[in-house]
Amino acid sequence: MTAFTINGRAVDLAAEPDTPLLWVIREHLKLTGTKFGCGIAQCGACTVHVDGEPTRSCVTLLQDVAGMEVTTIEGLSPDASHPLQQAWIAEQVPQCGYCQSGQIMQAAALLRSNPNPTRDQIVEHMDGNICRCGTYVRIISAIQRAAREA
Amino acid sequence: MTETLQLHTRALSRRSFLITVGATSIAVAFGGRLQDASGASVAPAVEGSYRPNAWLSLVADGTVTIMSPASEMGQGIMTTLPLLIAEDMDADWDKVRVVQAPSDAEKYGNPGFYGVQLTGGSESTRGYYKMLRLVGAQTRKVILASAAAMLNVPVSELITEPSRVVHTPSGRSLDYGEVAAAGVLPEPLPQATDADLKPSDRWRYIGNLTVPRVDVPSKVDGTAIFGIDVQLPDMLYGAVLRAPVQGEQPQTVDDGEARAVPGITHIVPLPYGVGIIGETVEATKRAKDLLKIVWTKSSRIRSYTSDRLLEEYRSVGRDLSRAGVSAPTQGDAEAAISKAATVIEVDYMSDHVHHATMEPMNATALVTGDRVEIWAPTQGPTGTQGFAAEVAGTTPDKVKVNTTLLGGGFGRKAEADFIIDAVSLAKAVQGRPVKVIWSREDDVQHGKYRPLEAQHVQVGLDAGGNIVGWRHRIVADSIFARTMPQLFESEGGHDSVVTEGAHFNYAVPAHQIEYIRRDNGLDVGFWFAVGVGYTRFGIECVIDEIATAKSVDPVAFRLELLKDQPRARKIIETVAEMAEWDRQRDGRALGVAYSDAFGSHCAEIAEVSLDRETGEIRVHTVWCAVDPGIAVQPRNIEALMITGITNGASHALFEQINIVNGEVQESNFDTYRVIRMSEAPDIKVAVIPTAETAIGGIGQVGLPPIGPAIANAVARLTGGVRLRHYPFLPERVLAALNA
Repeated sequence: MTAFTINGRAVDLAAEPDTPLLWVIREHLKLTGTKFGCGIAQCGACTVHVDGEPTRSCVTLLQDVAGMEVTTIEGLSPDASHPLQQAWIAEQVPQCGYCQSGQIMQAAALLRSNPNPTRDQIVEHMDGNICRCGTYVRIISAIQRAAREA
Repeated sequence: MTETLQLHTRALSRRSFLITVGATSIAVAFGGRLQDASGASVAPAVEGSYRPNAWLSLVADGTVTIMSPASEMGQGIMTTLPLLIAEDMDADWDKVRVVQAPSDAEKYGNPGFYGVQLTGGSESTRGYYKMLRLVGAQTRKVILASAAAMLNVPVSELITEPSRVVHTPSGRSLDYGEVAAAGVLPEPLPQATDADLKPSDRWRYIGNLTVPRVDVPSKVDGTAIFGIDVQLPDMLYGAVLRAPVQGEQPQTVDDGEARAVPGITHIVPLPYGVGIIGETVEATKRAKDLLKIVWTKSSRIRSYTSDRLLEEYRSVGRDLSRAGVSAPTQGDAEAAISKAATVIEVDYMSDHVHHATMEPMNATALVTGDRVEIWAPTQGPTGTQGFAAEVAGTTPDKVKVNTTLLGGGFGRKAEADFIIDAVSLAKAVQGRPVKVIWSREDDVQHGKYRPLEAQHVQVGLDAGGNIVGWRHRIVADSIFARTMPQLFESEGGHDSVVTEGAHFNYAVPAHQIEYIRRDNGLDVGFWFAVGVGYTRFGIECVIDEIATAKSVDPVAFRLELLKDQPRARKIIETVAEMAEWDRQRDGRALGVAYSDAFGSHCAEIAEVSLDRETGEIRVHTVWCAVDPGIAVQPRNIEALMITGITNGASHALFEQINIVNGEVQESNFDTYRVIRMSEAPDIKVAVIPTAETAIGGIGQVGLPPIGPAIANAVARLTGGVRLRHYPFLPERVLAALNA
């Protein structure tokens, strides 16, 4: 059994300890907002926070998070009220939307450590997250808006 | 199994427009009052007693539930199409919620696209536009008739405001919810004609800049349900190990270790691989890695090596004795070119590219006796019914397809291979649903790539430099021969999607388009903008090559060739203004390209720089002007242009699938390079509708011009160095610089 906290809730799971955290979150805990994109930490769709740090859950094992706090997109805010979520709506960022949970979680970690990032800092921080619909320019606008309005 | 998209044609008859009552289904709801539950809950769709037709229902609280018949893969279609109904029924958009239509081509097929539910070709808004507006107008007439009876007044004294019927003489009114609660549907139902459509000066929603997309809120909080997110009671998981080379089969299978993995329930032999079913995703993945399979070695695809074939295709294109199948031809281009003072003759080429949708292929199926139910991110519910029926040994009417949101489509999810996986495995465990998820490696290595393609363009100029003939020879394998064989045959073997975009609106006196089919057996498919993505690369670069030969400005030259095309001229002039075309840049240059494909006009200008040491191209800013005729959702059109430009730049600069002896060399995002934020250009878009014109397609419109705009910019930056082979890899750029 592996115990950890997810979105403030304590869980204790019997899954194999070497199961990727991604599949634990998606299929054992049914929190499907976190996405499978590549499985090798190349695209960022699976990004969650582990003890506050943006983390690729596809290459993180269940045993790696024992006793830790995991936050997924469902736990970022109780009601989509996080400034980034509001900015994402205001800027109409998503197209297909599949990568956007990971984008928002990655961006949330940036704003926590750097509430007023420059454009270059945004790009550097976000460069590991692929958006196949190419919404990058609106992602940048939304992060700038969230920083401005937070 | 033949993978044929099963199509039939069904023409829309405006006069005998048939509205049928009925159609209940279960679907995810978006927008309106249930917005907080959008995507998260499964809500009954189109329920309630007041149902004027199969497209919507009204209930007492005023909620209007509208069906969206097309697949939402990011293009915003589940807002666009319901909005058309809401416009003409005069619904209050804030009271509208949207549900995905069930698989039922008779009711929900696209009247402009073979009458089926198949989302592609930038055909959805164009194809459904008139019908859905008529549905809205008819609904309004039904509501007015009910309200007239309730108020005991003649219909002629009633008008509507958003979701409200007003009796002008008395000032009495009923909101649509009140009509739904107490109204009786008139018998017979009134029908709508063009005369009932709302004139454009009274549109509230079409062209409105502030209407947001209904799916967006669910895409920022994790509640949106894509195919891969489907969860069902008693669900099992499936994985499939596919042959490394298309067409090979398992010869011997040692599944001893795989079977021993805890949680594995079934190993299922398949014609093209081995399926695994288990209680968890991780068990199926472990077991898949432990399968030991000896594959056959007989597939003809083992002789498929893309580099070598492309050289061959190029030679075929240049060898004018190799006749192709011509598209309808204007004038005698061959004769005109033979008499020309100057002939410009060049080859353009493009490598295979892959869709790499962020959501890998997946599907969930449940087989119970002769019934099949599917939950899938599919672009083609109608085709899915046919393929699933074939696999399950039943008929398409017994197959129900629940179309989820698609995490990207770009043509890949019009295919059926991932559906066939799910149904094949579900058939082995009757009564339990199976969710099959492909790995990214499966997704990249078993794609339906855009065809390998070489084109040979010959343009004859007279002594004054005027174009007298244009000959365009396109050499590639066929997409339609596999996916739509009847269509391919009916066109006499001219694959009109492979040569799509070769037709243009430039004024040339003689124009010939030839398709020279190669058949090397690889399954090639529909990739974002399909043929237009490369035909416009050739055309727009050749236009610049001619302009250079004539020493005229490329913008001015295009305007001259389009002198009878005011809409085209306007968007080219607009984009030139936006980019300050005539302003010199230090170390950077601008390139322009234009396209009239998909029924819309689009011009783009790219500002690029080049590292002459490394050969790396940098695209800084792209300006885009687009005229889609009627712009239903201008802000979403801007987003689609951003998508087309960013993805188009990605494929022009980086994307490449290499196949060696039938084996795909790339496998994941570490080897199949797609554009990232640090490489993406800044993008400025102007949407310029033209009133009272036909509506154009829009989904793919932004992609074709960006590649030639980049190549044309590089030529202007380097004193004429031409890049004629997608993608513009640094080594190719260096080779061109040093040539």
